[in-house]
Amino acid sequence: METSKVIHAFYTDDEVLLDAVKAVKAEHHHIEEVFCPFPVHGLDKAMGLAPTRIAITAFFYGVTGLAFAIWMTNYIMIEDWPMDIGGKPSFSWIENMPAFVPIMFELTVFFAAHLMVITFYMRSRIWPFKDAENPDPRTTDDHFLMEIPVHNNEEALTSLLAKTGAVEINIVDKH
Amino acid sequence: MSHYEASIREPLVLGDKTYHDITEDIAKPIEGAANKNWYIAFYISLAAMLWGFGCIFYTVGTGIGVWGLNKNIGWAWDITNFVWWVGIGHAGTLISAVLLLFRQKWRMAINRSAEAMTIFAVFQAGLFPIIHMGRPWNAYWVLPLPNQFGSLWVNFNSPLLWDVFAISTYLSVSLVFWWTGLLPDFAMIRDRAVKPFQKKIYALLSFGWSGRAKDWQRFEEVSLVLAGLATPLVLSVHTIVSMDFATSINPGWHSTIFPPYFVAGAIFSGFAMVQTLLGIMRKVTNLEDYITRMHIEYMNMVIILTGGIVAVAYATEFFIAWYTGSPYENYTYLSVGAATGPYWWAFWSLITFNIVIPQLLWIKKFRRSFMITFIISIAINIGMWFERFDIIAIVLSKGHLPSTWWRFEPTFVDVGIFIGTIGFFFVLFLLYARTFPVIAQAEVKTILKSSGEFYKKRREQGIPTKPEIIVTDISAITGRSDNNLNG
Repeated sequence: METSKVIHAFYTDDEVLLDAVKAVKAEHHHIEEVFCPFPVHGLDKAMGLAPTRIAITAFFYGVTGLAFAIWMTNYIMIEDWPMDIGGKPSFSWIENMPAFVPIMFELTVFFAAHLMVITFYMRSRIWPFKDAENPDPRTTDDHFLMEIPVHNNEEALTSLLAKTGAVEINIVDKH
Repeated sequence: MSHYEASIREPLVLGDKTYHDITEDIAKPIEGAANKNWYIAFYISLAAMLWGFGCIFYTVGTGIGVWGLNKNIGWAWDITNFVWWVGIGHAGTLISAVLLLFRQKWRMAINRSAEAMTIFAVFQAGLFPIIHMGRPWNAYWVLPLPNQFGSLWVNFNSPLLWDVFAISTYLSVSLVFWWTGLLPDFAMIRDRAVKPFQKKIYALLSFGWSGRAKDWQRFEEVSLVLAGLATPLVLSVHTIVSMDFATSINPGWHSTIFPPYFVAGAIFSGFAMVQTLLGIMRKVTNLEDYITRMHIEYMNMVIILTGGIVAVAYATEFFIAWYTGSPYENYTYLSVGAATGPYWWAFWSLITFNIVIPQLLWIKKFRRSFMITFIISIAINIGMWFERFDIIAIVLSKGHLPSTWWRFEPTFVDVGIFIGTIGFFFVLFLLYARTFPVIAQAEVKTILKSSGEFYKKRREQGIPTKPEIIVTDISAITGRSDNNLNG
C-alpha cells in the first residue's frame, strides 16, 4: 500500500477540540478521523459526518422479529398441531392471538436489539480478536487525536493547528 | 454553553478531578492487588456457592423429593427464589435504560455495577426453573424445536413458556447492552496495561474499540435505541413473571393488579440490592468521589416511590380479600387469616420489612446516611423475599378443601440451594469488581464539566469550563516521530 503522510494533532479538552475541528473545517481541510476517549456532542456535525441510520435498521429488524413470531405461533399452534387446551381450541390464529402477544413482543425486542448491535459491530468493525486502530494509547484516556492528511502543506497546517490549542503535533507516515 | 448545569444541583463527581484522574481512579482497582477483605468475602462466597452446588447435585441425583414440597405445595422456595432474583435484576435495567431515557446524569456512576448485578441475578433466577425440572439435561425442551420426544411443540398459551422467552430475551439483551457500554472502558484498560498478558486479555474483551468519531456517533445511537427497547422489555419481564400466578384461578393469585405491582416490587427490591452492593463497593474500591451521598439519596427516593406503590398494592389486596366476603379469600397471603394463622410470622415479616422500615427513608438524614441506607436495604431484601414466599406458600397452604391444608417445611436442601445462589452471585460480583471497570468512565467523563464539583465551583466564579488556549512555539509541540504505538 502506498504510504501517505498525515498530521496527528493532540488535544486535551473536548471544547478546545470542537473549536479546532470547526477552525480546520473553515479552512477547507479534510479531517480524516478524530479519535476520542468519550463522546463529544456536536463533533459529528462539526466534522460533517452523515447521521447514523442504525436506528432505522433496528426498526426493520423489529418488524422482522414480529413477523417471525406471528409465523411461528401460527405454524406451531394452529397449522401443524392444533390442540384443545383448557377447552380453548386453536383453530384460528387471530382468536388465539392475545395469548401470543408476550411472544410477539419478546421476539420483536430480541431481533431488534441483537441484530442492531451486530450491525453496529460490523459497521464499526469491532469484534473479538480485532486489533485496535487508535494510533495512540492516550486517546482512550484523556487525549483527543485529529488526523489530517498532508499534501505538501505541513507548514500551513501545523501553524493552524498550533493556534487552535493542540498540545502535540506529529507528522506520521501512515502505512 | 454545552456544559451548563444549574448550580442548585449537587455535584456528582467530587474533588478536583481531571479526565485523567477519572481514568486512574477507575483503573486502580483492576491494576492493584486485592486486599484481605476481598479474599475473605470471596472465600466465604465460594464456600456458599460450592455448598449450593452440592445441594443441586443431590437434588438432581436423588429427585425433587429431597425438597420440602408436598402434594399441595408444589412450588415453594424454588419459585420464591426465582422471582426474588429476577426482581433484583430489574434495578440494573431501570438505571441503565429508563434513567438514560430520562437523561438522569447520576445513573452514570452506578449503571455499570447495577447492570452487572442484573446479569448475575438473572443467572441465579434461571437456575431454579431448570433445577426444578428434575431432569435439567432436558431443559432444551422448553425451546420450540421440531422433535420426536412426545410433547411435539411447546405451548404458546402458557405463561411459563412466555417466561422462557421473556427471561432469555432479557438476559441476552442486558448482556449486549452491558458489553457494548464496556467496550470503550475495556479499551482504556487495554491501552494503559503494562503486562503483556493483561493487555492481550483486555484487547480481546474490548473487541478492538478505537473510539473514532463515527464509532461514538453509532455508540450513542445504539445506547439510546437499546434503552428504548430495554425499557418496555424490563416491564414485560416481571409482568410475565406475575402472570405465572395471575393467569391461574387460585384465590390470592388470580389478581389483575399483579403485573404493575410485581414490577414496582421488582424495582423496589432491585434498588435495595444496588444499595447493599454499592454501599460496600464504593468503600473497598475507593470510589467515594463517584458514588456519592447524592447517588444514595436519589436511589432512596426511587425506593420510597416503588415501596409506596407496593404498600398501596398490599392494601388493595388486603381490602379486596376482605371485601369479597369469601371464606376462601381469607386464606390468601394478605388477609386476616394470614395475619393470625400459622404463617403469622411470615405475614408480619413482610409488613415490617417492606412497609414499616422503608418509611424511615422519608427522613432526609436517614436517606443520606450510608449506614442506615445499608441496613434498610438489607431489610427490604428480606421483606421482598418474604413477599414471594407469602404469595406462594401461604396461598397454597390452604386450598378449598380441608384435605388440602398442608404446610411447607423447607429441608436443608431448599435452604442450601438458596444460600448457594447467594454465594454464586457474590462470587461473580466480586470477580467483576476486580477485573471490570466498575464505573462507566467514558460516560462519567462526559458529565465531568457539567456536574463535577471542581467545574461547578469555577462556573459559579464565572470561569468558563473551556481552558484558555496557550499557543507555545510550534517547534516545541511538533515532532516528526512515528508514534504509531498501537499498530
